[in-house]
Amino acid sequence: MSSASGSNPAMAKPMPMARKLAYRNLFHDRMSLFVTLVGIVFSVVLVAVQCGLYLGSAARITAVLDHLDGDLWVVPVGTKSFDDPSLLPGREKYAVLSTPGVGTVDELVVSFALWKKLPRETGVRCATESGLCGSTASLLIGSDTHTNKSLPWDIIKGSIDDLSAPNAVAVDSSYFMELGVRELGDRAEVNHMQVTIRAVTKGIRSFTTLPYVFTTLQQARMMVGAAPDQSSYMMVRVAPGHNVADVRAALQDRLPDAEVISHQEFHDRSTNYWLFETGAGTALIAAAVLAVIVGVVVVAQTLYASTKEHLNEFATLRALGASAGFIRKVILWQAVLSAIMGYVMGILLSQVVIYAFKDSKLLIIMTFNLAWGLLVLTIAMCVLAAVSAIFKVVRIDPAVVFSR
Amino acid sequence: MEPILEASNIVKFLGAGEAEVKVLKGVNLELMPGELTLLMGPSGSGKTTLLSILGCILTPSEGTLRIGPHTATGLKAEGLADLRRKHVGFVFQSYNLVPTLTATENVMLALDLRGTKLSDAPALAAEALRKVGLSHRAHAYPSKLSGGEKQRVAIARSLAGSPSVILADEPTAALDGENGRAVMALLSEVAKDKGRGILVVTHDHRTLSYADRLIRIEDGKIVGRARRRARPGNGAAAA
Repeated sequence: MSSASGSNPAMAKPMPMARKLAYRNLFHDRMSLFVTLVGIVFSVVLVAVQCGLYLGSAARITAVLDHLDGDLWVVPVGTKSFDDPSLLPGREKYAVLSTPGVGTVDELVVSFALWKKLPRETGVRCATESGLCGSTASLLIGSDTHTNKSLPWDIIKGSIDDLSAPNAVAVDSSYFMELGVRELGDRAEVNHMQVTIRAVTKGIRSFTTLPYVFTTLQQARMMVGAAPDQSSYMMVRVAPGHNVADVRAALQDRLPDAEVISHQEFHDRSTNYWLFETGAGTALIAAAVLAVIVGVVVVAQTLYASTKEHLNEFATLRALGASAGFIRKVILWQAVLSAIMGYVMGILLSQVVIYAFKDSKLLIIMTFNLAWGLLVLTIAMCVLAAVSAIFKVVRIDPAVVFSR
Repeated sequence: MEPILEASNIVKFLGAGEAEVKVLKGVNLELMPGELTLLMGPSGSGKTTLLSILGCILTPSEGTLRIGPHTATGLKAEGLADLRRKHVGFVFQSYNLVPTLTATENVMLALDLRGTKLSDAPALAAEALRKVGLSHRAHAYPSKLSGGEKQRVAIARSLAGSPSVILADEPTAALDGENGRAVMALLSEVAKDKGRGILVVTHDHRTLSYADRLIRIEDGKIVGRARRRARPGNGAAAA
């Protein structure tokens, strides 16, 4: 057993009695412990959900990009995100392919498109919530489905090859109601061109809530009225043995009317635009920070109240020669024990919340790093909350033990 | 024989400005090893202030305090805490046991503070409780102990780590006659250890028969000293 005294050589050793005292003080008043744990659990769940929503939003924003493996991207000047499309002037593909160091190039057409719902048969109502037809905005993504099998992914009905059929498109099953379709073979119009559902995906939702509509590059060009050599983005893979930065510089020299950016830059640009420039991510982070503040206040109040309740014992400890370090350790152990108990309950409850929302439009992601980060945050929150209690105790006059 | 504690010309002012009061006015006091000394005096005479200074809880405004070879003069709060942790054991009027710890754990806590190894603490705590006749109550919480038992646990706690000085503040005040006598008998027994001196601050005249020496304090000054009859096994001279 060791003492916390600065003069005691055993100071660095574990302090079981400090821990035991902290544990006993904590469980001595069950109601106070309950209030503390409620505060911590509330805070952990709120921070977990907000951070999970943030991660889910970031994942949705970059979902398409994350399924593509380009080294460099040629994008229209001023592109803010993948979901903020316009068209390149045209003919860039040949300039790119003739640049030394370029391996392959994939073109993508990304454009807002009007999706018009059609009834399955004449006189039959549309497969929407109201039964009425009408139109909705969508985000059309056209890629060369022969050379690039990455888009779309998670196909549950049909296949990428089925998109080669005339006017074939793929949509996500979670958007069926909004798009007024129910199954493979259902028809609709995209920018006044009739299309047929030939593939269905599961779980591909956009951050902007606009339904993704996947089709081939050629069909997408026709639907948006682009020239045969026009595209929104060009994904460049650098040939083996060539330096990406050198190729990027060479491409930028040849394409003064376009921006050449790395895959990571495109990824970050998209995330930053939607999460920070629109304020959506800031709101999520602000809610998480508020949750931490609420947690700190609740824990600080209960810990301070608990410390005041045990003030006579702390004064006795001081009179018996306990150092300020020993007293601090007792209170910090109380804070850490509260944090660990609250964290375990909070993270379990968070998993329940995430499970409950798994089939909803909200994507909440819990990662290993987030779980560890939350543990560290919870302990830091409780330790911060212990500061007021520590100030109260280390300033206590041990002489008060003689007046009681 | 060398005194185990020596306070010389202790002066203590409390309060500030016009409210400043000279509570102790040049107190000289010695505790001899193997002796139980009673400090008696009316309320407000400065007993508790003197006890706080002797226990290194308060610092004197003037004068010097020495415990064994160590001087307390000029030490800051943590230095004083270190000195009392190593050399002073306390017995309080209200026992001041930690209610969330058992009797054994209360003693182990004092051992922990005094730097005893974790592996040695349970045996030492059990031995301390055996000395005060409480082995059978070792695992009881203070709320389950009688007043007399609590005070005996407090004495066991004060003995943990074998401090050279034990200071007891009105140890019998909260006890009935029988338990008060038992506690004083125990302190008297503990005082037989030649390496230890005990000072008991008390109003209780029933405790007189257990004392080796008696010191009377009034208005911040020592006004009387008396050596009582020798106890069995103690070489002190009769008064």
